[in-house]
Amino acid sequence: MAALVLSALILVIFNFARDPTVIRAQDLAPAALWVTITFAATTALNRAFAVELDHGALDGLLLAPVGREAIYLGKLLGNLVFTGVVQAITIPLFVLFFNLDLHGTLPAILLLAFLATVGFTAVGTVFSALTMRVQFAELMLPVLLLPFMVPPLIGAAQVTSKLLAGRPLADSAGWLQILATYDIVFVTLSILVFPAVLDE
Amino acid sequence: MTSSSSLSASSSFPQSSTSSVAAARKSIRAGQVLLLLGLVALAAHYVRAIEFTPVEATQGMAQKIFYVHVPSAWSAFLAYGIVGVCSALFLWLGDRRLDLFAEASAEVGTVLTFMVLTTGPLWGKPIWGTWWQWEVRLTSTLFLFFLMVGYLTLRRSIYDPLERARYSAVVGILGAMLVPFIHLSVYMFRTIHPKPVILKPEGPTLPGSMLSTLLEGVAIMTVVYLGLVLIRYGIGRLQEEKEARHAAAG
Repeated sequence: MAALVLSALILVIFNFARDPTVIRAQDLAPAALWVTITFAATTALNRAFAVELDHGALDGLLLAPVGREAIYLGKLLGNLVFTGVVQAITIPLFVLFFNLDLHGTLPAILLLAFLATVGFTAVGTVFSALTMRVQFAELMLPVLLLPFMVPPLIGAAQVTSKLLAGRPLADSAGWLQILATYDIVFVTLSILVFPAVLDE
Repeated sequence: MTSSSSLSASSSFPQSSTSSVAAARKSIRAGQVLLLLGLVALAAHYVRAIEFTPVEATQGMAQKIFYVHVPSAWSAFLAYGIVGVCSALFLWLGDRRLDLFAEASAEVGTVLTFMVLTTGPLWGKPIWGTWWQWEVRLTSTLFLFFLMVGYLTLRRSIYDPLERARYSAVVGILGAMLVPFIHLSVYMFRTIHPKPVILKPEGPTLPGSMLSTLLEGVAIMTVVYLGLVLIRYGIGRLQEEKEARHAAAG
């Protein structure tokens, strides 16, 4: 819930952080959307494993007769659903605040949002498990994770501005390939390294 | 710590511990020799680059920084590559020395990356007319720096050595995989950095005398890197030994 309020607030702040006589809302829109989603996702990931520490829930999970990979995939799925909910609320707000017409481009934006989110959420899920028992976890997670958001963020913002300019998704095939490769590489790597984070 | 107390503590320790202290000392000595050689060669390299290598036609003397900038960048990326490889090997083999080597490489790499990030803008101001540009290699190096600092910050906030080793190995592997992606995505964003003059499909276009000076710089910086890493690695092992002793005593 806090993440939703946060993303609405960031969008509002973005709108006031520009000079409306110089920068059109549409020019700032891709940046506003992706920076908002990035920060909202980081906030959500901060809590992803912290909740498992209460009442020894994590120990229960570790005792369960399932592989560490299964715990990881479950957590990743949960985080993706959460980020999806944040996006489902951020995107309509974004259309409203930035006065955009997404008619026809909405499916492309949703596909893009999915591709841009999976990879860094995969890494973020690992880092969230890793930082939960570290000092200053709330600070450590963004410090470690924000560099991983750079490739998806650049790609997503570039493709969004092309889409908002009325160009078809096919024009951005190169970016979509990079985003998809990024997702495949980091989901695979995360599954491989995750057991090392939970070893006791 | 006085020498007598350290001696008695080490003599009461099993054989493996004293031999590991000896190995650490050996690593530090080897590192000191390499570093000394590297620094002397580096001084000679400066003289050669400034006095005995032709002045570049359009950039003039500003181009001289190239002979420091490119070698440091090479060693910085080498350093991070080694962090990634050692991290992966650590998770596979579980040898603590690999973790300490990764830590040493990350620290030295941070210094080298910082050198790249300071020499770059010094050159950029007279040639590009601006200190900073959001250019592909510049940006990749900046993120390399952030990754290294993040990695080292994480290490410092975990007290249990095994936990620290495992967690930082995970970050080291993921970070090493991230670098090519950042490079690619910033490349597609835009670029004004000078085009590569050595590593490109049609072969080097740099004049021979400049090329040999540059390659000499790369070799020297690699020696300096290795020297520093060996020293740092030896210190890491000594620290580890000391912590283990404290844990055993208390």
